[in-house]
Amino acid sequence: MSEAVPAAPTFLDAGESALVVEFGRSVDPALSDRVLALDAALAVDPPEGLRELVPTYRSLMIHYDPLRLDRARLVARVEAALASPSQVAARSGALWTLPCCYAPPHGEDLAEMAGLLGLTADRAAELHAAGRYRVYMYGFSPGFTYLGGLPEPLAISRRARPRPPHDSQAVLVGGGLCAVAHFAMPTGWYVVGRTPERLYAPERSSAFLFEPGDQLAFEPIDAETFTALEARAQSGEIVARKEPA
Amino acid sequence: MTALRILSTGPGVTVQDGGRHGYLRYGVTVAGPMDPLAHAIANRALGNAAGSAAIEVSPGGVELTAEDQPVALAVAGGGFRVTLDGEALPANTVVLLEPGAALRLRAGDAGMWSYVAVAGGLALPPVLGSQSTHLRTGMGGIGGRMLRSGDRLPVGAAAGPVAGAGEIIAPLLDRPADIIRVLPGPQNDYFDAEMFAAFLAGPWRISERGDRMACFLEGPTLSHRLGFNIPSDGVAMGAIQVPGEGQPIVLMADRQSTGGYPKIATVIGADLGRLAQARPGTQITFRSVSHAEAVRALAEERTFLAGPIPVEPLRRSAFSADFLLARNLVDGWIDGLRPD
Repeated sequence: MSEAVPAAPTFLDAGESALVVEFGRSVDPALSDRVLALDAALAVDPPEGLRELVPTYRSLMIHYDPLRLDRARLVARVEAALASPSQVAARSGALWTLPCCYAPPHGEDLAEMAGLLGLTADRAAELHAAGRYRVYMYGFSPGFTYLGGLPEPLAISRRARPRPPHDSQAVLVGGGLCAVAHFAMPTGWYVVGRTPERLYAPERSSAFLFEPGDQLAFEPIDAETFTALEARAQSGEIVARKEPA
Repeated sequence: MTALRILSTGPGVTVQDGGRHGYLRYGVTVAGPMDPLAHAIANRALGNAAGSAAIEVSPGGVELTAEDQPVALAVAGGGFRVTLDGEALPANTVVLLEPGAALRLRAGDAGMWSYVAVAGGLALPPVLGSQSTHLRTGMGGIGGRMLRSGDRLPVGAAAGPVAGAGEIIAPLLDRPADIIRVLPGPQNDYFDAEMFAAFLAGPWRISERGDRMACFLEGPTLSHRLGFNIPSDGVAMGAIQVPGEGQPIVLMADRQSTGGYPKIATVIGADLGRLAQARPGTQITFRSVSHAEAVRALAEERTFLAGPIPVEPLRRSAFSADFLLARNLVDGWIDGLRPD
């Protein structure tokens, strides 16, 4: 099949009030582009009865009221959006720079992970900070961001057993991906660092910072800088930097 | 501002409105009622919008009173024992709660959840647009936690006059849980036809492990045709995921926004409350229905909720003289048997 003509998506029901538009079954930036383009097209001009859009790695879940928006009409609306070239252009995301402290006590599992990969902790941190990441999706808990683009030498399976809860604002590596977790919790991922930024702040004008499709880079900071930036973030300031696309 | 005061409560009693919508794409759980129909009926019986904030009562039960002014309440849900100052009321009921009087809900013979709605709704500060409590992230309600004795719940302004006290007549709440209707998918193709048939036939026993997040089922072991790890995708309420060990889990109000196990089927909207009200130990089977049938069942609920909810006045004979006297129905009445 030619790459210029991507396969038509599959329409799957998740009950009578949610439709999954599935573009594929793998974690792949090209699939993510198609998901986010459809997400953007529907968000700009939502049909009456559309409730909520949830983009994930390779599909878009559309929550809708089937008594106000007929399923067949929704499918036709999605197909029309996909057929319009202006609407399927991938959204060019903003670039965020997120401060990250890899040093103790923040990068709790960095040395352990580096050892398993045959690297020094410093080298693992350096590789991680050199990566350019893509926000694939949120999931799991508020502000939990799944990131693609992890440098290949850092690809490691998740732990067989979850480790005890990490601190909030943890930067995680596992399963070939990177993630940033707002809430403290037990995890099967490796905690390689911590960001002073709050990825979820309900009282802030923007409760969440990143949109799926945004790009993200980590800026290494020392523990002292972390403390200073965290104080500013806790008082409501946004300490991550954003450059428009 | 008028308020309700919690006098005592068991575990698992929370404030829930129609749910925290619009933030699933940022990983925020919807929460909201386990039995959306009962929650909506309790609200609509008072003239509230269907998604107004109400108290979701677990089998742990609750006892509450009004402060300052009388407050009109509606109770609807499972077959809880409802009493007002010790006198029995119907399980689904509208009642005027006077300051100092105590309305008490205790688990009855059936059902897991009952809703206490209040005319005007509860008026707690919303988080991301919703008062719904989500315990795992500490959002909504009072400090994101379960209610406890002494809590004060401010009441909003009622939209208009409330129907008189009486029994809520809602046959839709009479829902045996033996058969739960599902739509196949979104990942039913991870299972072959034989396995899907085994899934429908069960029978499944509802486990004791359940909570607001999930209902765990015990029965035949289901195996996957295409493996059991998928790249995480969106999760609707009622999604039935099948992890590696082959025992299905129905994801309910406090589910996470996304999940990485194949979802063999999804409980239709009209049967979410039917399942939520089934006690541990209940045996269920699933029936696969068409999208059109699921929408028809939803339309039937929506039509009922759009109209005035029938409330029948209670027959006076159902009440003892002591109870009626305590209500002070006639000022100046004297209890001749009790000398001053």
